[in-house]
Amino acid sequence: MSAQTPVSVQDLHKSFGALEVLKGISMTADKGDVVSIIGASGSGKSTFLRCINLLETYDSGEIRIYGERLNVRPGGKVDNRQADRIRRRVGMVFQNFNLWSHRTVLQNLTEAPIHVLGLPRKEAEERAEALLEKVGIRDKRHSYPSHLSGGQQQRAAIARALAMEPDVLLFDEPTSALDPELVGEVLRVMRALAEEDRTMIIVTHEMRFAREVSSKALYFHQGRIEEEGPPSQVFDAPLSDRCRQFVSQSFDT
Amino acid sequence: MFDLQGFGPTLLVGAWMTIQVALTAAFFGVLLGLGVALMKLSTSRIARLLGDIYTTVLRGVPILVVILLFYFGAISAVNALADSLGHGDFIDINAFVAGTAALALAFGAYATEVFRGAFQAIPKGQIEAARALGMSRFTAFRRVSLPQVWRLALPGLGNIFLVILKETALVSVIGLEELMRKTEFAVGFTRQPFTFFLFAACLYLAMTIVTMIALQWLERRANRGIAGGAGA
Repeated sequence: MSAQTPVSVQDLHKSFGALEVLKGISMTADKGDVVSIIGASGSGKSTFLRCINLLETYDSGEIRIYGERLNVRPGGKVDNRQADRIRRRVGMVFQNFNLWSHRTVLQNLTEAPIHVLGLPRKEAEERAEALLEKVGIRDKRHSYPSHLSGGQQQRAAIARALAMEPDVLLFDEPTSALDPELVGEVLRVMRALAEEDRTMIIVTHEMRFAREVSSKALYFHQGRIEEEGPPSQVFDAPLSDRCRQFVSQSFDT
Repeated sequence: MFDLQGFGPTLLVGAWMTIQVALTAAFFGVLLGLGVALMKLSTSRIARLLGDIYTTVLRGVPILVVILLFYFGAISAVNALADSLGHGDFIDINAFVAGTAALALAFGAYATEVFRGAFQAIPKGQIEAARALGMSRFTAFRRVSLPQVWRLALPGLGNIFLVILKETALVSVIGLEELMRKTEFAVGFTRQPFTFFLFAACLYLAMTIVTMIALQWLERRANRGIAGGAGA
């Protein structure tokens, strides 16, 4: 794979004990791709996403980030130095936001740039303020996370990931923990990012959103990719019956 | 209210000694507790085992016995060493050091469990987020876990401090002139046990009340910015 390809995965396998959760996943995300991953819970999609930035180890297969092969030694040991390096380029947004509760929103955004990238505080703060402006919560910069709504917290978490200026952004069900009326504001931010030609991989249950913003969609079923293609195929004319059923159920609700 | 027959000042000197013993024991006990908690949470089996032995022994033996073991153990050891170096005279051990060390060890054993619980109460996702942003394990510990552990551990540490503050009375058995020892002197001299023990009780109560007020203040401070104040 070329060093220009942000993410390429070959035949990835992973088991939790006797349970095989990934049974040979292969995919690539090219520069500017927005790849959405859909599927029932337990289909392995979150586990797969977490393998990409080594929050989870895997048993066999390979993952390359811009051509660099991730080292996962037998026994599930991660090469910590490589992981730290890769994670600076691959940002992640979590379902439960995971903001640091003892820091203000602004501090949440400056923490990693200062302590990982070694940015001067002033520069980190300028970068943070610009990002908060972009996600629409600059007025909350001195609030603590617990004083924010879920939607505001998730927008802050997205801004925190962006503060590292990552080349790839991973989203792990970013709207699943939100009240329905707060989902829209987070999707708007993500849509804006997608339009900036960022490379994004999104695990989501928001079918309409995924259909509109993705350049490529994957349907996971029991640890395999059951259907993949452009969103027009996966969402509107899937080849697999299971995918058709899943998609139609998801659009109904 | 109390006719202290001139023993007032000496009792206050004793109370001051009590406070010094308690604060010194708390200081070293907190450091010890934090360190052993990290051992117990580490991936090293040996570190975990050592931590377990420490907390099991220190929580399983009465503090009075620990104090006596420390004091007489240290005396035997120092004198044996002095003898072997040809130094014949009997050397006494500083009761403050022996007593405070024993209390610090006990404080540390209880504090270990408080810190362990506090570390485990920090949401795993917050540490994962730090790692996902490229922080090393150490940086994530220093910037995310450590600052939060204080807030979570404070109520538990405060409790231990109150217990240890009162257990300082036990150090009187090895001759340290703290409040209890001074009170016993006064009782022996005046033959008025009730008056003097009641006065000592009032002094201990005054010290614990001040402690509680200080703890409330510290907890309020530590919870700034956290929704709902304490606990949340």
